Amino acid sequence: MKVLTVSGSPHFHADHSVSRIMYGVVFSLIPAMLVSFYFFGLAAILVTLTAVVSCMAFEFLIQKYLIRGPMTIFDGSAIITGVLLAFNVPANLPLGIVVIGAAVAIGMGKMTFGGLGKNPFNPALVGRVFLMISFPVQMTTYPEPSAFSTRLADAVTGPTPLTFLKGGVDQGEKVSELMPQIPDYANMMLGNMGGSVGEVSALAIILGGLYMLARRIISWHIPVSYLGTAAILSAIFWMVNPEVYPDPLFHLMAGGLMLGAIYMATDYATSPMSKTGMIIFGIGCGLLTVIIRLFGAYPEGVAFSILIMNAFVPLINRGFKPKRFGEEIKNG
Amino acid sequence: MHQLKTFVIGGVHPPEKKLAEKQPIVRLDPPKTVSILLSQHLGAPAVPVVAKGDKVLAGQIIARGESFISANIHSSVSGTVAKVDGVPDTSGYRKQAIIINVEGDEWAEGVDRDEAFVRDCQMSPEEIVSRVKDCGVVGLGGATFPSHVKLKVPKGKKAEYLIINGVECEPCLTADHRLMLEKGNEIMAGISIQMKALGVGRAIIGIENNKPDAINNLSEIAREYEGIEVQPLKVKYPQGAEKQLIKAVVGREVPSGKLPIEVGCVVHNVGTAFAVYEAVQKNKPLVERVVTVSGDSVRKPSNFMVRIGTPVSELIEAAGGLPEDTSKVVNGGPMMGKALNDISVPVTKGTSGILAFPGSESRRPAEQNCIRCARCLTVCPMGLEPYLLSALAEKQRFEDCEMERIMDCMECGSCLYICPSGKPLLDYIRVGKNRVGIMIRERSH
Repeated sequence: MKVLTVSGSPHFHADHSVSRIMYGVVFSLIPAMLVSFYFFGLAAILVTLTAVVSCMAFEFLIQKYLIRGPMTIFDGSAIITGVLLAFNVPANLPLGIVVIGAAVAIGMGKMTFGGLGKNPFNPALVGRVFLMISFPVQMTTYPEPSAFSTRLADAVTGPTPLTFLKGGVDQGEKVSELMPQIPDYANMMLGNMGGSVGEVSALAIILGGLYMLARRIISWHIPVSYLGTAAILSAIFWMVNPEVYPDPLFHLMAGGLMLGAIYMATDYATSPMSKTGMIIFGIGCGLLTVIIRLFGAYPEGVAFSILIMNAFVPLINRGFKPKRFGEEIKNG
Repeated sequence: MHQLKTFVIGGVHPPEKKLAEKQPIVRLDPPKTVSILLSQHLGAPAVPVVAKGDKVLAGQIIARGESFISANIHSSVSGTVAKVDGVPDTSGYRKQAIIINVEGDEWAEGVDRDEAFVRDCQMSPEEIVSRVKDCGVVGLGGATFPSHVKLKVPKGKKAEYLIINGVECEPCLTADHRLMLEKGNEIMAGISIQMKALGVGRAIIGIENNKPDAINNLSEIAREYEGIEVQPLKVKYPQGAEKQLIKAVVGREVPSGKLPIEVGCVVHNVGTAFAVYEAVQKNKPLVERVVTVSGDSVRKPSNFMVRIGTPVSELIEAAGGLPEDTSKVVNGGPMMGKALNDISVPVTKGTSGILAFPGSESRRPAEQNCIRCARCLTVCPMGLEPYLLSALAEKQRFEDCEMERIMDCMECGSCLYICPSGKPLLDYIRVGKNRVGIMIRERSH
C-alpha cells in the first residue's frame, strides 16, 4: 500500500517565503543605491559593500560560534541591514568604522535577541546611533555630491541642508536668507545634496517604496501616517513663523525622513502588527521627528524617533488590536 | 446583473484549480460493500435499528438520530447487513459503522425514483421539517449540521433571509457548481420549500463570479420564483463560511459565539437545497451525494453521484486510478479538508471532494522564525491575531487564548496558507481551541 502524507489543513500554501520578501526589499533599494553611486561615486560603493559583507560575516560568525543555529545569512535580511546601515552613514566614513557599525547592528541589534524577527529595535538604526555617539566627527562630515565621482577620502565636505539650516537659524539668521544657499527642491528630490549615502534622493526612495507597495511587501499605513504627520506638524510651525521654521516640503525631502518612513519604520519585526497600530506608530514617529529636528540638539531626528517608537511597539500591539469580526452588531 | 459583493475583513485567493468544472455529474453504480458510519453528521451518533443478517433496501432507515442534534441514517444500497463494527473514518480512528454487502439495487417502498421535476409542494411547514428530519438531511457544505434543526426558527427569533450557499470557495471542488448547472430547477424548488418551512419571504443565493454559467442558470430559473434572487460574489476565500457569506450577501455581522439567526439569517448549501427537494418531493432520503475527484495528476477529474458508504478508493479508480506521483489524498477541499492515511475510508454525507496531490504540492514549507510581517492578521477573516494565538497556545497560556477570542477561529487555514515563515499557526491554534473548549465545558459544570 502506498504511504500517504498526513498533515493538518490547509494543504495549499501561498508562493511566499521569507527570503523572497527580503530579496524584494533588496531589489527595491536599487534605485536609491544607483543614485548614491552617481553622486558619491566609488566611496558609496565601498561603504555599501563593506557594510553588506561585514553584516553577513558577523551574522555567520555569531550563528556558527555563539548560537550554533542554522545558517541564515542568505535569507536576505543581513543584506538589507547592511545596505540600510550604509545608507545611514556618510559616504566618506572610514571603512573600519563601517565594520564596527555592522558588528553593532548585527550583534547588538539583531542576533542577541535571537535573530530575524525577534529584535525589538531596527538593527541598522542601532548601528547608526552607536556610530553617531562613538564617532561624532566622522559621522557628521558629509561629502558634497558630484556626478560620477571617483574621489575617496579627499572629497570636498560640507553641511547637509538640515544641518546648514539648523545652524543658521540657531545663530539668528532667517530661513528666507538661508534657503537660496542650499540646493533647490528639484535637486533635493533627485538627491543632489549633502547627506548620508542612501538618504539623499527622495525620488529614488519613493520609487522603491512604490515597488514594495505593489508587491505588497509593505502597506501604506506607516509611510503615509509618518510622512503625513511630519508634513502637517512642520506646516503648522512654518505657518506660525516661516523665518524660523522651514516649510514641510523641505522637511520631507531633507535628511533621512523619506528613507526612514519607507524603509526603516516599516521593518516588520520592529513595527506594530495591526493596521491601526501601524498608524499610531507612524504618527508617533512623525511627531518625534519634527520635534527633534526643530527643538532638539541634533539637526536630524529620524533615527531617534523610530528607535523610540520601536520601544513602544509591544504596548501598541497590546492596545491596538485588529477589528474583530462580529464585535459590534451592524445591521445594514 | 447585480454588483459584485464580498466580505470585508481578511481573506485570501488560493489558486482555483477547478479542473472538473466542465465534467457532468456521473452516477456511479453501487460498490460490492458499503460502510455507513453512524456518525456522519454534527451531533450525537445515530443508533442502529438493524442487526447482522438483516436484509435492507436502499432508502430504508438503518439508524435513528435520537438526540436533539442528530440525524437518521438510511441504507444507500440493497443487501444484507454483514456486521456493525468499527471502521477507520477520515480522522484515522475507528468509528462504528453498518457494513452492508450489496445485492442488486432494490429501493424501499415510497421512494420516488422518477427524475421528473415536481415544483409545487402542498406540505405544511411542520410536515416539511418532519420529512427533512425523517430523510436524514444534513448540511452538505461540509459541517453536516442536521438540516431539520436549522429549518425550525427558535422561539423569540425571526428569520428574514434564507441565504443559499453556492459559493464553493474551496479550490478544486466543483460538486456544487455542477449541481447548480444540472439540477437548477430542483435546487430552486428545494429553496422555496425551505422558505416555506422557515416562513421567510426572501432567499438569496450567493455564488462567486468564477461560476458565471451557474449564476446565469440560477438567475434565469429564479425569475419564475417569488423572493429568490442570485447574488454574484467576488472570488475570495473563505466566502463559503457561514458568517462571511452573511456579511457578503446582506452586510450583517453575526456576533461572536452566536448563530446566524441572531441577525435574522439561516444559511443552507445548494447541495442541501437539492437534498431537501428530493426528501420532500420524492420522499428520497439522503443516501447519495455529489463528490468531486480531482488533482493535477488525476487522469479524469470528475464529479460523481455516489452512494454514501462507498469506499473512497472506488471513486479514485473511477477517475482513472491513484496517480503515480500522489503523496497526499485529501477528503474535502485543499484549505479545510482532511488528509487521509487510508483510502479505503467510506464516503459520508459530508464528503464534498477527494483530491490527490503530488509531493510538491503536499509538503509544507520549512519552518523559520516568525518575521512579524503581519500577513496572518491581514488575512484572518475573523479579525484575529493568528501569530499571537499560536504563540500563546504553544506556551500553554490557554486563558490568554480565550481572552484573545481563539474560539472565534473557524480553522479556515488562511493564516497558515499565507505565512512566509511556514509556521504551523493553525496546528497550535487547534490545540489551543481544544483546550479552551475543555476549560469552557468544565466551567459550565
